Amino acid sequence: MTPQPESNGTVRLASNGTHPGGHARATKFKLPKITVWRAIFAAIMLSGLYATYLRVFYGLGGSTNLSDKFPWGIWIAFDVMCGVGLAAGGFTLVAIVHIFRIERYKPILRPAILTAFLGYSLVVVGLLYDLGRPDRLWHPLVMWNPHSVMFEVAWCVTLYTTVLFLEFLPVVFEKFGMHKPQEWIHRISVPLMILGVLLSTLHQSSLGTLFLIVPEKLYPLWYTPILPLLFYVSAIAVGLAMTIFESWHSSRAFGRALELPLLASLARVLAVVLSVYLWVRFLDMSHRHVFGLLSQNRIETWLFALEIALMVVPTVLLYQSSIRLRPGALYACAVMVVFGFIANRLNVGTTGLEAGSGTHYIPKWSEVAVTLSIVAAGFAIFRMIAQYFPIFEAHTHEQALAEMEESEEDPVTVG
Amino acid sequence: MSKAILYDSTLCIGCKACEGACAERWGLPYDDKIAAEEKISAHKLTAIETHGDKFSRRLCMNCVQPACASVCPVGALQKTTLGPVVYDADKCMGCRYCMQACPFQVPSYEWSSRLPRMRKCDMCFERQSQGKVTACAEACPVGATKNGDRDALIAEAQQRIAEKPDQYYGKIYGLKEVGGTSVLYLSAVPFEQIGLRTNVPLEPLPETTWRVLELVPDVVSTGSVLLGGIWWITNRRAEVSKKEGKRR
Repeated sequence: MTPQPESNGTVRLASNGTHPGGHARATKFKLPKITVWRAIFAAIMLSGLYATYLRVFYGLGGSTNLSDKFPWGIWIAFDVMCGVGLAAGGFTLVAIVHIFRIERYKPILRPAILTAFLGYSLVVVGLLYDLGRPDRLWHPLVMWNPHSVMFEVAWCVTLYTTVLFLEFLPVVFEKFGMHKPQEWIHRISVPLMILGVLLSTLHQSSLGTLFLIVPEKLYPLWYTPILPLLFYVSAIAVGLAMTIFESWHSSRAFGRALELPLLASLARVLAVVLSVYLWVRFLDMSHRHVFGLLSQNRIETWLFALEIALMVVPTVLLYQSSIRLRPGALYACAVMVVFGFIANRLNVGTTGLEAGSGTHYIPKWSEVAVTLSIVAAGFAIFRMIAQYFPIFEAHTHEQALAEMEESEEDPVTVG
Repeated sequence: MSKAILYDSTLCIGCKACEGACAERWGLPYDDKIAAEEKISAHKLTAIETHGDKFSRRLCMNCVQPACASVCPVGALQKTTLGPVVYDADKCMGCRYCMQACPFQVPSYEWSSRLPRMRKCDMCFERQSQGKVTACAEACPVGATKNGDRDALIAEAQQRIAEKPDQYYGKIYGLKEVGGTSVLYLSAVPFEQIGLRTNVPLEPLPETTWRVLELVPDVVSTGSVLLGGIWWITNRRAEVSKKEGKRR
């Protein structure tokens, strides 16, 4: 389904760039800014292309700084572990809107599903780079080892990407006015959504379970038997943060109104989820008696502090309504959560393993180039699809928006 | 009746005959330059290490409950009843989870190959299943590497310690480490002094992930009931309020 919208989207992107939606507000800055961003985008994609050439013709040895002692780098820790986590908004919002039936959040459901679908697709792209034999990506589907966490993750990611595709299909059907298939999808939508939430629960946590096998390698600030639980809760948090993040960006890109009250009340949920996460982490560390490690002047201590700070600061800030209702501040908090999450996954997946593996790992430029290209491609494809397909409904629901404006600071309706 | 290797560091003279025999058995190149490399890699599946005046030998431990075989998503690694942990390169998709999971950092990867494989010692599975001893044990001129039944080798190791208690550190490495390994070590000094990892847990590592994985059916069934139930309640509520003409 991608080729068609892509080609069409490109045309629209070009025309839209010269006539941005938020014309009055942004004309002065938007034209040069977009050119700069496009130049950066092109530079990233070109470097990614060259890195791809290195990967294909010179193998993992020619394109990465991986070694026998350090077999996993940022293509796993960022492209896969962060990619899957940052796409968690899809299942979180599906659960909120369709299972808990809090339908106020419906306007931000579609962008969340699109982000998730794109996120998972790009995770597969990342895997194609990282696997030694990408041509055998399908092997876990026919060669089973139910004792392997990776086997479970492979199945869950495959199935969930399919579910996301089906969850996204109604958007396509709506666009082309295909009512029959839309009805079919609608009929299976509830079991489909429940399946999606279950699959996400399994593999979001399983990405943490992956590291339970390395108790002697992973630094004790991160190694805990409850890694699966921590991965799951932090995925929910970052899924919410990403929803705020992408709403903010798309409102600027498309010059549409920000669903501020809606996002503000979502930020409330985010603050609570983060508080639970931080508290569970605190309890876990105190039960394992590892606070003493924090007095050591090691790189792990500082990276841990950075990660925790990036979670604690937005949590505290988001408890204040003045912060939640200021778009810039709200956005900044969401960004902090996203970076805190990324720091956590990189710590578990790379830096926390260095000392235990007896080696140092700094990604090669080509590893970074591929990662940045995947992220940039994600932004670009999201933009194209959002422009061409009915993703953002908010601008057609200005009335609903006005209603919600009252509700944010009303404790009863906000819940 | 599972097979094992007993390596006695106090007997080893560092001649590297085992390295040469191993290279020959795998059809790998072996010359002075490779002999000088004191670490295992994709082109050197066993290596003699020098630690002061002591020697040590690195090779796959062929664990009794191997982490590598438990984590392999495609079952390319298998623990055989004979003892060796064998590898099927045709299944392997190169996720390298075995390398990450191995507590002894044994699996090596053909990093610069376009169609890479993982490489590791398989305790000469083919030779042993034909009733022959491993290539390294056959080549060892002083009996520092011995191949046989695990139980018999453990008994022999205990006997060696008992006969010459002042020459041995007094423990067998590999007896309990990660639930037991098929390569056993004897040493004159504490094992970390000959480069062995002494911080590995005594618990078999596959347990750590299986404890969580075995909950999957419970999570799926409980989750379906819970989510389905919540939907049933909220859906009914929505229907009722629609009928009553209320706006939610």
